[in-house]
Amino acid sequence: MTFSHQLEAKLAKLMRSYPAGRERSALVPLLLFAQDEVGAVTPEVVEEAARRLKITTLEVEEVVSYYSMLHRRPLGKHHLQICTNISCLLTGGSELWEQACRRLGVGHKEVTADGQISLEEVECIGACSWAPALQVNYDFYHQVTPERLDRLLAELRNV
Amino acid sequence: MYNQPSPLETRILTRRFGLPRSAAIETYLAHEGYQAYEKARGMTPEAIIEEVKTSALRGRGGAGFPAGMKWSFVPRASSKPKYIVVNADESEPGTCKDRLLMENDPHQLIEGMLIAALAVDARAGYIYIRGEYRYLIEIMDRAIAEAYQHGFLGRGFDAYTHTGAGAYECGEESALLESLEGKRGIPRIRPPFPAVVGAFQCPTVLNNVETYCAVPWIILRGGGAFAELGTPKNGGTRLFCLSGHVNRPGVYELPLGFPLLKMIHEVGGGIRNGNRLKAVIPGGSSCPLLKAEEADLPMDYDSLAKARSMLGSGGVVIMDETTCMVKVALRIMRFYAHESCGWCIPCREGTNWLRKLLERFHDGMGRSSDIVLIGSLAKNMLGRTFCPLGDAAALPTISIVEKFAAEFEAHLEGRPCPFEEAGRLVMA
Repeated sequence: MTFSHQLEAKLAKLMRSYPAGRERSALVPLLLFAQDEVGAVTPEVVEEAARRLKITTLEVEEVVSYYSMLHRRPLGKHHLQICTNISCLLTGGSELWEQACRRLGVGHKEVTADGQISLEEVECIGACSWAPALQVNYDFYHQVTPERLDRLLAELRNV
Repeated sequence: MYNQPSPLETRILTRRFGLPRSAAIETYLAHEGYQAYEKARGMTPEAIIEEVKTSALRGRGGAGFPAGMKWSFVPRASSKPKYIVVNADESEPGTCKDRLLMENDPHQLIEGMLIAALAVDARAGYIYIRGEYRYLIEIMDRAIAEAYQHGFLGRGFDAYTHTGAGAYECGEESALLESLEGKRGIPRIRPPFPAVVGAFQCPTVLNNVETYCAVPWIILRGGGAFAELGTPKNGGTRLFCLSGHVNRPGVYELPLGFPLLKMIHEVGGGIRNGNRLKAVIPGGSSCPLLKAEEADLPMDYDSLAKARSMLGSGGVVIMDETTCMVKVALRIMRFYAHESCGWCIPCREGTNWLRKLLERFHDGMGRSSDIVLIGSLAKNMLGRTFCPLGDAAALPTISIVEKFAAEFEAHLEGRPCPFEEAGRLVMA
């Protein structure tokens, strides 16, 4: 399996980051970076990770199943992650979550039919003082109001 | 920065925040940057550790262990390589400070790592950043590259970033080390502690981002000056993350010992809508809650311990009179049930049973015997797990059922949640 030049360069740097004989350390970052490019941790990605790090596919699988950001099926082009943990709960996060479910017609870890947007209710994302907060892919949105969420959904449907 | 600073702050770690291009090495160098590292290069490792001990700097991740003491446990004579690991897996609900430290002043963290490396003779360091903080990996990688260009890194010490991929448990130090080695983040049996057997089975200093960030100032101005900012045995300032029902939520740097009520009413601008304070989580969701009448105390490790809670990670979550405490207990437990790594049965099963019991309660189908059951289930988790996640789930739950028993009674036998009946829980 070949990745883009940018990803290969990133992975090459990653592999040099750990002590000799400890290349397996690169596994979690490798899987996440590969997922960013491929769209999911596919069986091919699992095999490629195992081959590069000289471990078994089973050892890769047990790691994939542990980390909540790693997923086996593609998400939407825009992955909308709404936090409903304590600070967000207190400031309207649950209502934003319900609003997003209603507007998109999908639920937790589901993707809209056109593949544009996927939705996930997430645990604390580290934006508590600027709650309620959400992430679209890796971008943060702070102090989100219902109106702001509606505008955001309209934008994400079209880009 | 995402909120206005407060005039009541004591800006030590955040003193460069707000400068133009504050993350750039030129800005850092123009404002005392790497001067502490140069000073530390002229000191013996013993003298560095002594200075950190004098500072009364305690771990800012949650446990509050004295940093200098932790460093002194590293066997410097060991022939094994030693490592510096930064816990930047910030994921304790209520906590959002390490993000700011890395975003606004990444070199301060690198300099803290460099000084720790001198103290224990480490040759490499890893910054373990939670996967959701991708933009911070880019910022830290840029800062690391700058530090190489200027010769701070690469002359005996190398630094790397490492990303997690979504797991609260990896903020626990031994699970973090497992994750760093490319495995599931499950805790290790301790002892041995990471200081002796840590990253790659080698001696390791493992501290929170904020802990390392305090070190350059301590070396530059002296441990005594840092200690004086706080209260005895509770040195310095820390970044308190105010969230929930206050008018001015935000991250504020305040000295240890700062009065909690003053923090809420003056720094945080008081309770929203003129409401009354009901409860406070003083240091992230793992800490026992304080009732309003218990909140008149200074925010330092020892005062919180005396109040049978914890200073934790600095996440101060403020709840007003409209808050349903059953709902709060349920949301907190849903989090721990989701994040339990499954390694220890009392935690794996206990969190899920507690979640189910609390769900039943919140749905109005609680039984009076459940109130006792929740308390006894939680108490049976205490001290029976390899890592603190089991306690972290049990402690806030025990505090809520004990301190707000009347609210649980109000949810009994099919009665709807009185807070939801009166309107929505949230009236933001």
